[in-house]
Amino acid sequence: MLLKDNQTKASFVQGNTACAQAALDAGVRFFAGYPITPSSEIAEILSRKLPMLGGKFIQMEDEIASMGAILGASLTGKKVLTSTSGPGFSLKQELIGFASLCEIPCVIVNVQRGGPSTGLPTSPAQGDVMQSRWGTHGDHPIIVLSPSTVKETYDLTVRAFNLTESLRVPVILLSDEITGHIHEKIEFPDKNKLKLLSRPKAVKNPGKKYLPFAVSKPEEVPRVANFGEGFRFNVTGLLHNDDGFPMNLPEKNEFLLTRLHKKITSRIRELCTFVSIYLNDSETIIFSYGSTSRSCFQAAKIARSKGSKVGAISIKTLWPFPDFLIQELASCVKRVVVCEMNMGQIVHEVQRASDGRFKIEKVNSISGSMITPGEILDKIL
Amino acid sequence: MLEQIKKYLRIDKFPHIWCYGCGDGIILQAFVRAIASLGLSQDEVVVVSGIGCSSRAVGYLDFDTLHTAHGRALPFATGIKMAKPELTVTIVAGDGDIFAIGGNHFIHAARRNIDITVVLFNNATYGMTGGQYSPTTRQDDIATTAPYGHIERPFDICGLAKAAGATFVARSSSYHAMALPKLISQGISHHGFSLVEVITGCHVCYGKLNDLSDPVKVLEWQRDHVVNIKQYEALSSKDKEDKMPMGILHQVTRPEYIDEYRKVLERAKT
Repeated sequence: MLLKDNQTKASFVQGNTACAQAALDAGVRFFAGYPITPSSEIAEILSRKLPMLGGKFIQMEDEIASMGAILGASLTGKKVLTSTSGPGFSLKQELIGFASLCEIPCVIVNVQRGGPSTGLPTSPAQGDVMQSRWGTHGDHPIIVLSPSTVKETYDLTVRAFNLTESLRVPVILLSDEITGHIHEKIEFPDKNKLKLLSRPKAVKNPGKKYLPFAVSKPEEVPRVANFGEGFRFNVTGLLHNDDGFPMNLPEKNEFLLTRLHKKITSRIRELCTFVSIYLNDSETIIFSYGSTSRSCFQAAKIARSKGSKVGAISIKTLWPFPDFLIQELASCVKRVVVCEMNMGQIVHEVQRASDGRFKIEKVNSISGSMITPGEILDKIL
Repeated sequence: MLEQIKKYLRIDKFPHIWCYGCGDGIILQAFVRAIASLGLSQDEVVVVSGIGCSSRAVGYLDFDTLHTAHGRALPFATGIKMAKPELTVTIVAGDGDIFAIGGNHFIHAARRNIDITVVLFNNATYGMTGGQYSPTTRQDDIATTAPYGHIERPFDICGLAKAAGATFVARSSSYHAMALPKLISQGISHHGFSLVEVITGCHVCYGKLNDLSDPVKVLEWQRDHVVNIKQYEALSSKDKEDKMPMGILHQVTRPEYIDEYRKVLERAKT
C-alpha cells in the first residue's frame, strides 16, 4: 500500500515499497527497469504511481537498456531511478561507469540475492559489496548506501537522491532480499518537509563559451546543463576536457580522474553515516551493514545482558568506506567481529583501515540464510 | 546554402578524424542539410551516437550531443525522448554499433515505434578497430577477423527494421549525396521510428582487403549496387541478388510510443 498525498500515518510495508515511496517523495520522475526478483516490486509500484504524477515509467528490453534510458532522461534534468538484483546489476555496470565519468545523476537499487550467476533468486546475500565498488572498469567514484530496515530504506533512498543530485555521482542503494521483503511498521515523514537537494544550476554567460565540466576548485561539482535548454554541449564517455569534448593529454587526463574522486574524498565525513550501540566502553564491536545488522544488534544486547562489554556498529555508507571510524575504534576496542552474508568482503576494508591495531574475527553466511544472533554469540562469548 | 548549414556545425572542432575519402563526411553534410531544410532550431534537436567512426559525427554537430557507449545510443535516446518529448531526437551510428552490440535495442525501439530517427552509416565493417567483420559484411568478403573469407550472411538492415516495426524505412548511399538530405529529412519528419540506411564504405580498413582501396572505386561500387527502387523492381530475381533498392522502402502510420504514453498519463489521472 502506498501513501496518498500528505498522509503520514503509520504503515506496515516491505522495504521495496518504502524505497519506491521514498523515490517518489524525493522527486523521481523517470524509472526504467527490467523484471528481476527480489526487486520487481519497486518497478511495479512505480509503473502505477509515476504516471499519476506525470512521471514516466518504461520497462526496457534488458538491464543495459534500462540503465541507458535513465541516463538519457537524467541528462534532460529528471531525477531518475532503476532497480535490479545481482544478475541485472552485473549488466548495468557498463553504464554505471558512463554515469561516473560523465557525472550523470542516477540512483541504482540493487536488492541483493545469492550468487554467483543466477544463484539464489529469492534468498538473501551480501555478495555484491565489492562489485558495487569496483563492478565497472576503470578508476571511478561511486557512493554506496546500505539499509538494514524498512525505515532506513526510506531514509537512505531519499539520501541517495540528494547525494546523486548534489554531487553528480551515481549512487547505489545496496539493499538485500531481507531488507527488501521484510514488512515493518514505518511512519512515513511528511514529504513536504523533506530536505531535498538539487543539481548545481548551469548559468549562461553571454559572449562566453559554456564549459559544462569546468570547476574553480577540484572538489567542486560542475554546473552541467540539461539537454534542451539551449546550452548545446557535448557529453562523451571518452575522457574529456571541461568543454565536454574528447581529449588525451596526460596532465588533463589525470586532472579529470582526480577531480571526479575529489568530489567524494573531500566529503568523507559528511558522506559516511553509521549507527551504533554501547560504543562507549565496548571491548568487542560487532561490525556489519544491511540486514545482517539486525542480528548483530540483537547479539550485542544479549551479550550485554550477560555482562560482556560488547557493542555494535552498522555502517550505512559502504563506499566510500569510513576509514576514520575504524581508526577511531582502534584507540578503544580490542576486537572487531565483522559479520556479512558473503565469504568476507567488507572485512578486508576493516583489516586495511585498522592497520593491525585490534583483533579481527569474521562471521559469515553463504547459505542463502541470514546470520543469527546465536551464531554471532557463539563466536564472541 | 553553405552559410545556412555552417551554423549547425562546430567549425572549431574541424578537421574531423575521418580518413581522406571516407563517406562519413558526405553523410554528415547530408544530415546537416536535412536539419536545415526542416528549419529546425539547434536547441530543439538532440543527436545521440554510440561508438565507432561514424559515431564521432556528434562532435562536429552544434546541438546537444551525446556520444554514448558502444551500441547504447537507442536506450539513451529513448530516455531523452520520453523525458522531453518536445525534442527532436536523432541518432547517427554505424552498423556494428546499432546491429551487433546494440541489435536488441534496435528491434525494441522499432517495435515501440518511438519517434526517433536513426541515420545508419553502413560501411559493412568495424573501421575504427581496423576492419573486422560486422553484421553487414558481405559473404565471402575478407575481414581482418575473416582472413579465409566471411562465412556469415549479412543482415538486410531495411528488412529487419520493417519486420521489427519501424514505420519509416529508407535506403541510400554516400554516392547519392544529393538525394540523401531529402531522405533524411523525410525520416525526421515522419512521426514514428525511422531508419535511414546509408550504404557507405571504408576504403582504408575494409577496402584494402577487398580490392576497394581507392575511395572512388568504393563510390562506384555504391553507384552500381544501390539502385532506385523502381529500377530495382524491374530487375529479374537473379539480377536483384547483388543489388539493393534505394528510396523510401516502407512507410506506414501506426500509433507512436510517446502518444500512447500520453494516454497512460491520462488514464492514471482518473
